[in-house]
Amino acid sequence: MINLLLFPIIIPFFFAMILLFFKEQVVIQRVVTLIGLALSLVASCWLVATVKAEGIQTVTLGSWPAPFGITMVSDMFSALLVTTTILLTFFVVLYSFKTIGVERERFFYYPAILFMITGINGAFTTGDIFNMFVFFEVLLIASYLLIVLGGEKRQLRESIKYILVNVISSALFVITVAYLYSVIGTLNMADISVKIAEINQPGIISVIAILFLIVFGIKGAIFPLYFWLPGSYAAPPIPVLALFGALLTKVGVYAITRTYTLFFVHDLAFTHQFLLVLSLLTIIAGCIGALAYFDLKQIIIYNIVIAVGVILFGVAQMNTAGMEGAIYYLIHDMLIKAALFVLIGIIIYITGTSNLREMGGLIKTHASLGWFYLIAAFGLAGIPPLSGFLGKLLIVKGGFEADHAIGSIVILASSLIVLLSVIRIFIYAFWGELKQPLPVTSKGSYRAMMIPAVALVIITIAYGVGAEWLMPYMSDAANVLTDPSIYIDAVLKE
Amino acid sequence: MKTNDVILQTTAKVVFFIIFLFSIHIFFTGHYAPGGGFVGGLLTTGAIVLLLLAFDLRTIQQILPFNFTIVTAIGLLLALGTAAGSIAFNVPFFTHAFDDFTLPLFGTTSLHTAMLFDSGVYLVVVGSAITIIQSIGGDD
Repeated sequence: MINLLLFPIIIPFFFAMILLFFKEQVVIQRVVTLIGLALSLVASCWLVATVKAEGIQTVTLGSWPAPFGITMVSDMFSALLVTTTILLTFFVVLYSFKTIGVERERFFYYPAILFMITGINGAFTTGDIFNMFVFFEVLLIASYLLIVLGGEKRQLRESIKYILVNVISSALFVITVAYLYSVIGTLNMADISVKIAEINQPGIISVIAILFLIVFGIKGAIFPLYFWLPGSYAAPPIPVLALFGALLTKVGVYAITRTYTLFFVHDLAFTHQFLLVLSLLTIIAGCIGALAYFDLKQIIIYNIVIAVGVILFGVAQMNTAGMEGAIYYLIHDMLIKAALFVLIGIIIYITGTSNLREMGGLIKTHASLGWFYLIAAFGLAGIPPLSGFLGKLLIVKGGFEADHAIGSIVILASSLIVLLSVIRIFIYAFWGELKQPLPVTSKGSYRAMMIPAVALVIITIAYGVGAEWLMPYMSDAANVLTDPSIYIDAVLKE
Repeated sequence: MKTNDVILQTTAKVVFFIIFLFSIHIFFTGHYAPGGGFVGGLLTTGAIVLLLLAFDLRTIQQILPFNFTIVTAIGLLLALGTAAGSIAFNVPFFTHAFDDFTLPLFGTTSLHTAMLFDSGVYLVVVGSAITIIQSIGGDD
């Protein structure tokens, strides 16, 4: 099966097309979406097993030789990210049955999700820098629909900002690729890496590296470029927010990781020092935001910014421990953010408000929700043996090994602030007395919302407890990132 | 006030077919000359827009009773199907095939599966462009 690595991209794409034929039949939409995601999940698990057994999988579209056609490359890093993406989308889709509302479901909600998954998986898998731009647009255009779908006043206002920022960053992306192409003369990522090594990264290439950091930093919300994120992400309904928070910024983080480990590795003192400083500033900015708000959504949204900083700090170390930690933490963060958004969605559904000051005493009426939220909160903060621990441990270790002790200490301190910010939600929402009578909600939809939430929390627990079994996969992924020649040989072997 | 657009309407009826035929020509020459699915699709859309200007939206929906969202979906399926045909032969995705055939009217003709992909693009362009125009023009 030479095309195996394309299946996680093609299957959601195909099912999204099928859904266009059944615009009004909501039940068919739901069933077909679940079938499509389940099939993609099977394909991506098979892909992970194949990459583990046989090494990096590549296919150059149209049977052209490698630097001339578009190469799709699936190393362990991208295979794991693709699997995580499909897995959490499956549960978020399950969650949206009860929460998104029939009106939205009738208006291409599920096709938009599947098109977005196509774009995300494509961006994770592609081995061609311009093709990556195309997949970015695929996922962004689907996300424009998701953010504005429903047409509430707030959604309209925020979607204008979101689209404006992303159109500008996409234009910058094209300009940056044009610069790179005029200097290097190729678009294939492995070939770019070879050519940059040949000319030993002159100043212009470092400029392009910073331009890439700006482009992907806007997508991935790093320090001075995260300004659009808190407002835009608070606008759409919770399931969309969960998908955005778990997936979209991580595509930017993936792209930074890929370009900074494959292309720009010859002037670490400049490019990676820049990345290091920005990642630490990102953490600090996120911490300030996470403590400042009494709004459930805003607290978790600023935690996305913190996590982006932590992952990029790991990447900036360029050593094995830092890289393994970054990969482990990236996947942990995708899972835990989906779980947390889904859980706070349930809290907002029960209390009818997202203001912490107006809620309290939920542990008496919804004990299981409270305990699962607490587990997820501890997982986010990184308390062993939960999933956030090992990644952060490795990142901190990488920081100390690379003589960035201050950065590592900032990361450790940020964990405390993360813990404080999410425990505040637990204390305000679950402890104390009921501030006001809860609005009437149906027991059935509460249960239907809890199932995917509990499943996501259990997956994160398993991800933390089963770290021992997962580490071989993480070190495979980190090997490719720390040694680009493995990637280049896999693509340009013929 | 009733306007009389008999000249516009008569001209539109004639010009529509000229533009439409030109769009089909542009579509088929795409492999050897400038043209292809995208330009062809836009030209066809242009022809339909001319009819829309000369007549009203409801008349056009009567003579072209397609759901253009479905046209887009069919175009996407055609494009993906052409590319995915390679999966059955276990060659890399998007590998196209071509051969020379002797057709009754055209003589020896080279047929290429890239044409099927292009017709997918054509349908997507026509479908989405007309959907945009219909939904903006149809809002009261």
